[in-house]
Amino acid sequence: MLTDLTIAEARDGLRARKFTARALTEAHLAAIDALNPRLNAFITVTAERALAQADTADAALARGEVAPLTGIPLAVKDLFCTEGVRTTAGSRILSPFVPPYESTVSANLLRDGAVFLGKANLDEFAMGSSNMTSAFGAVENPWKRRQDASAVLVPGGSSGGSAASVAARLAMGATGTDTGGSIRQPASFCGIAGIKPTYGRCSRWGVVAFASSLDHPGPFARTVQDCAILLGSMAGYDPKDSTSADVPVPDFEAACARGVKGLRIGVPREYRAEGMPADIEALWQRGLAWLREAGAETVEIPLPHTKYGLATYYIIAPAEASSNLARYDGVRFGLREDGEDLRDLYERTRAAGFGPEVRRRIMIGTYVLSAGYYDAYYLRAQKVRALVQRDFTDAFAKVDALLTPTTPSAAFAQGENMDDPVKMYLNDVFTVPLNLAGVPGMSVPAGLDANGLPLGLQVIGKPFDEETVFAVAAAIERAADFSARPQIRAGEPS
Amino acid sequence: MSLDPATVRRIASLARIRVADDELPRLQAELNGILGWIEQLNEVNVDGVEPLTGAVQMALAMREDVVTDGGYPDKVLANAPERAGDFYAVPKVVE
Repeated sequence: MLTDLTIAEARDGLRARKFTARALTEAHLAAIDALNPRLNAFITVTAERALAQADTADAALARGEVAPLTGIPLAVKDLFCTEGVRTTAGSRILSPFVPPYESTVSANLLRDGAVFLGKANLDEFAMGSSNMTSAFGAVENPWKRRQDASAVLVPGGSSGGSAASVAARLAMGATGTDTGGSIRQPASFCGIAGIKPTYGRCSRWGVVAFASSLDHPGPFARTVQDCAILLGSMAGYDPKDSTSADVPVPDFEAACARGVKGLRIGVPREYRAEGMPADIEALWQRGLAWLREAGAETVEIPLPHTKYGLATYYIIAPAEASSNLARYDGVRFGLREDGEDLRDLYERTRAAGFGPEVRRRIMIGTYVLSAGYYDAYYLRAQKVRALVQRDFTDAFAKVDALLTPTTPSAAFAQGENMDDPVKMYLNDVFTVPLNLAGVPGMSVPAGLDANGLPLGLQVIGKPFDEETVFAVAAAIERAADFSARPQIRAGEPS
Repeated sequence: MSLDPATVRRIASLARIRVADDELPRLQAELNGILGWIEQLNEVNVDGVEPLTGAVQMALAMREDVVTDGGYPDKVLANAPERAGDFYAVPKVVE
C-alpha cells in the first residue's frame, strides 16, 4: 500500500517512476476521506491544491528534476501560516484568518517539492497535552487499548492532529511545534518519531506565537530517517526571525547511519518519576542495554533541577503568551464581538474567542508580570531556568547524549486528567526542561506497554548536535524493531 | 499566597478578558491551584544566578536600514473586517 511507505521509500519509488506523485497523493486523500471524520486529525483538507502540487511534482520528475521532497504528501500543523489557506491555531479567535503569507518552514518544504494535504488539528494556540482544548474538536488517537478497546484515547498535544495523521497513514510526515513537549509527547503517544531541534534551528517566522523563547518548529514521521529528511528541508537561517541561528545545516540523514560505538550516554536519575509505570522503567533499561550492545557506554549523570522545570515553565510560558496574545483584540483581524465601548469590545472578543485553558494561561501570565509580583515569580523563574540550562551544560561536559523516557505514562483516555489543570501539566515533566534549555530532543517509538500502547524513549543532545541525536535514535529504532501499527489506519476497516 | 475574588477580577481586567460572575469561583480555584503549585520554586537557591531570558544568548543581527518588504496593501488588508481605501476602518480607539 502506498500509504504504508516511508518517505525514503516513496522518494525512491517516485524517482524510479514506480508510481506517480498524483497516485501517492490520491491514496492519502482517500485515507483522509475514510478516516478523518472519525479521527478529526485535520481541521482543513486542501485536496485540490494537493493534487495540483502533485501534478507539478510529476511534471518535475518527468523532466528529471528532483528536490528532496518532490511529491511527498505532508500534513501541516494549523499553527503555521499558509498563504491563501485558513490558519486557525485551533482557536475561535482566528477562525476567519487566511494568511496572506507563508511561514518560512512551510515555504522551505514547498521549495523542496512537498505536497500539503491540509492543516492538522492542535490544542488551542498549542496550549495543551491532549488536543482536548482545540476549538475544532478533539482528535482520536488511532491506537486502542487491548483490554478496553472502546476507550477513545488522546493523541497527546499540542500537535495531536499531526501525530495522529502520520500514525494512521493519512500523511507521510507532518510539521509540529514544541513549546513544552508538543512534538515529543504526541509522537510517543502515537507510536511515531518526532524531533524538537535546537532553539534557532528552524525559523519561527510565520508560526503563530505562543511563547517565543520556548517555541520550536520540528517534524514528525514514522521513522528516524524520515524525520532527518524533513528537518533537513525545514531548517536553515532566516533573517526574518531574529533568533534564527546562522549555522550550516548538516546532512541529518547521513547521521542516522553513524552508529553509537564509543558514545557516552548519560542516564539522569531524576527522570525516575514517582508512580511511573513499571513498563516505562523496563523500556528505559532495555533502551540503555541496546545502546551498550551497539557499542556505547552508559553513565549515571545528575540533572538536579529537573523537578523544577515544570513550575518554571508554567511561569515563563504563560508570561510570554499573555504578551503574544495581546494582539488578538478584535480590531484589525480575527473574531470581533461588538461591545458598548472599546474596552467592552476587547473583553467580549477575548472572552468569546479564547477557550478556558488559553484564558487561564493569559491570566496567570498577566499576574506573574504585574507590578509587585514580577520579581517573586517571573524573575525567579528566569533564574531557575538558568539553573536548568546549567544542568544540561554540566552533563554534556561528560556525555555525548542522554536517554530518558519521553512521557511518564502511555496515552490516556479523553476526559482523563481534565479535572485539574496541574494534573494535565505533569504530562510534560520529562520534555519541558529541554525547551527551557533549548537543547534538541527526539522521541523514538521503542515498545508497547502491557495494554498494547506505544511508548517512546527520548534522546537528548547538545545544542546544534542533532546529528548525534539522530545517530542514537536510529540505533534504538534498529534494536527495537518497532513494527506494531495502530488499529485505526489507512486500508483497515474501522 | 492566595488570590481573592477582587484580585481575580483585577487580573481579568488587566488581561481584557470578560469574566461572568458565575465563572469567578471556579477560575479563582484553578488559578490558586496553579499558583500554589508554582510556589515550589521558592525552595530553589537562586542567589547570584543571572536570569536567563532565552535559550541562546546571541547578539541580534544588524542589517542595512532600508525597506525590504511591502507595497501590497490588498494583502495587508485582506483580513480587515472593514476597509476604507487603503486603510483599516476600525471602531473608534481614541476618545
